[in-house]
Amino acid sequence: MNKILIIIKREYLSRVRKKSFILSTILTPLVLVAMIATTTYFTVRNIRNEKIAVVDPAGMLQQKLTSGKKVTYTFTTDADTSNFTDKGFSALLLAPGAGINHGNDFQLVSESSLSRFAHDQVGNDVGRALENNMISRELKVDPARIDSIKKIAAGIKVQQVKKSDVASGGSSSFSVQMGIGYFTAFLIYLLLFIYGMMVMRGVMEEKTNRIAEVIVSSVRPFELMMGKIIGIGAVGITQFLIWIVLLTGIGMALTGAASPDVLEGVKNAPGATPGLGAPNADSLEMVNSLTRSMATVNWPVVIGCFLFYFLGGYLFYAALFAAVGSAVNEDPQDVQSLTLPITLPIVIGIIIMVNSINDPNSAMATWASIIPFTSPIVMMSRVPFGVPGTVPIWELALSMILLAAGFLFTTWLCARIYRTGILMYGKKPTWKEMMKWVGRA
Amino acid sequence: MLLELRHLKKHYATQKAVDDISFSVQKGGIFGLLGPNGAGKTTLIRMITGIILPDEGSVIFDGRPFDPAKDIAQIGYMPEERGLYKKMKIGEQAVYLARLRGLGRDEAYRLTREWFTRLEMQSWWNKKVEDLSKGMSQKLQFVTTVLHRPRLIILDEPFSGLDPVNANVIKEEIFRLAQEGSTIIFSTHRMEQVEEICDHIVLVNKGQKILDGSVREVKQYYKEHLYRVGFERMPAVLEGPGFAVVGADTKSPTLTVRIDDGFTPNAVLQFFISQGAELRSFNEQLPTLNEIFIRLVEGTSPARSFQTFTV
Repeated sequence: MNKILIIIKREYLSRVRKKSFILSTILTPLVLVAMIATTTYFTVRNIRNEKIAVVDPAGMLQQKLTSGKKVTYTFTTDADTSNFTDKGFSALLLAPGAGINHGNDFQLVSESSLSRFAHDQVGNDVGRALENNMISRELKVDPARIDSIKKIAAGIKVQQVKKSDVASGGSSSFSVQMGIGYFTAFLIYLLLFIYGMMVMRGVMEEKTNRIAEVIVSSVRPFELMMGKIIGIGAVGITQFLIWIVLLTGIGMALTGAASPDVLEGVKNAPGATPGLGAPNADSLEMVNSLTRSMATVNWPVVIGCFLFYFLGGYLFYAALFAAVGSAVNEDPQDVQSLTLPITLPIVIGIIIMVNSINDPNSAMATWASIIPFTSPIVMMSRVPFGVPGTVPIWELALSMILLAAGFLFTTWLCARIYRTGILMYGKKPTWKEMMKWVGRA
Repeated sequence: MLLELRHLKKHYATQKAVDDISFSVQKGGIFGLLGPNGAGKTTLIRMITGIILPDEGSVIFDGRPFDPAKDIAQIGYMPEERGLYKKMKIGEQAVYLARLRGLGRDEAYRLTREWFTRLEMQSWWNKKVEDLSKGMSQKLQFVTTVLHRPRLIILDEPFSGLDPVNANVIKEEIFRLAQEGSTIIFSTHRMEQVEEICDHIVLVNKGQKILDGSVREVKQYYKEHLYRVGFERMPAVLEGPGFAVVGADTKSPTLTVRIDDGFTPNAVLQFFISQGAELRSFNEQLPTLNEIFIRLVEGTSPARSFQTFTV
């Protein structure tokens, strides 16, 4: 068997067999899901129901405030600023006594400030009630009619449709594309860091254990470096596949729990009351539109690009990390000062990505997605918006070619630094010295 | 001739690490590559093993120019800066290193078992290197160096870190390998080991070869015609023709004398016998390699002082 394969096998197995690898691979998705679940749970739970006493001497609201999850309204006449807390209310809503046409403001009195949710809710409720009252009073319209007209109007949305999708009648949801772009770009950023650092630590281990010279007397330094990079890359892919399987499994388990029949039933229930049925119908509508717009995303292209940019970016940076690992000795400060120039472009990539996700066609986003230092992250944030369309074919092709050329170049460059570096002990080399190693035959 | 170095040169940025060194190593036998720290030994060895390329000159292995890809399996190299994967199991590690040298899977396993049995290391197979003592891991290091039956074995300071018992085990193995036909290059600055082990030596200093020959030849070449004469009682008269006394020990009466040019040891014996002195012993005092070394290395004013050991 080829020596490089033997090295790949060792690098791969020695990591995959570790308990820490197995634990982190299994626990990460579980922790992720648990974190999302607990945050959601506590956010929902934290919405308190505020009991608000409403004093409306002029009858401006006509007793028409609808209590909801967040706020319960009680119309009363005997509550005032001094006693509302004693009566068990958390706030007191005072309507101006002068009547609706005097432009006076309502006052919401509370001991401690109300949550923003409750405050917004009160504002909306009061505004809607006033509007309805005024329309029905001034135009003599039946309030029920107003409600139904409003509901129809609210049901109509503005859909963003790309020119290319008009013919097919499809719609595209930019927020879903943003989400996918953000997620995949961020994932690449994390993976570059995690596995790049793993390569660097592996090289440093060989150097500090003094096994490097033993091995390069049997194999070429290039084979040792590539074996390590490929072996760790395979570890990354393995971990990644396990995560996908686990997350899909968890996702299916959760969807199974919320059976589709139940959801359908709620949706089709006739005359769903506005008070209770509406929120459910809304969230169902959201789920449906999410599913629809997920379907509009060109998954083969997104997944293909993700794999390409993950591997290309990894190979591009892993060689650089290997070179740094070969140059430093045990001193952690040396490690920091030498890794900074490598990690900086990755961090810049993520900063540009955050901007490009909001405007994927800006000049900066375009260039950053072509230059290999940032392209794995930035291009990944643009691809979900559509290829061709947001990202023309030539841009994608150029970016891919440059990334491939880039990793061939960094591998070549770093192999030359590496073969000298792993045999050097003593003080940390300067960048100038490292460049000299490159030139050495 | 197993190995021949022809005019090897290697410069680093600031110094000439190896400056035109040529020598050859015969098949079989134990060859000593000696020199103070920083003399260029490691650079020289790295060129022999193909880890670095010489700037000029060539390495001829077994009659052909050295080709790392093909010939590396014939060489076992134990560097001075050596170590093993700390977290890897010992058996697997030995097999892994053997396979990197080009052995097949089954053969690597078989030879590892064989060596582990011979050196009583079978019980270590599933241990990790970090659980071994320093002496034990040195022993393992030696095994991994010679496991693949190389024709040329290069050992850089093989005994550093070994206790006398383990050093002896390794020494016996080195002799055994030499007897079985392996050629051994032994690099060190510990002279007493060289005298004990090596047949032929080369001394390098400041990147240049300053001595090349068999241990016997070298000692003869650098001898100072010193003899030790042992007496029952210290004779009264010490001045005689043809020699000069350079040292005396009154406790166990002995004299160290240097015989002048043109005279033989007989002159000394004749003089003391004619004096009526009762002789007990008479030996030639050959210089130790250590002495020769210090003399040569100091003569070439080394950049760094030479590490000396009493013999």
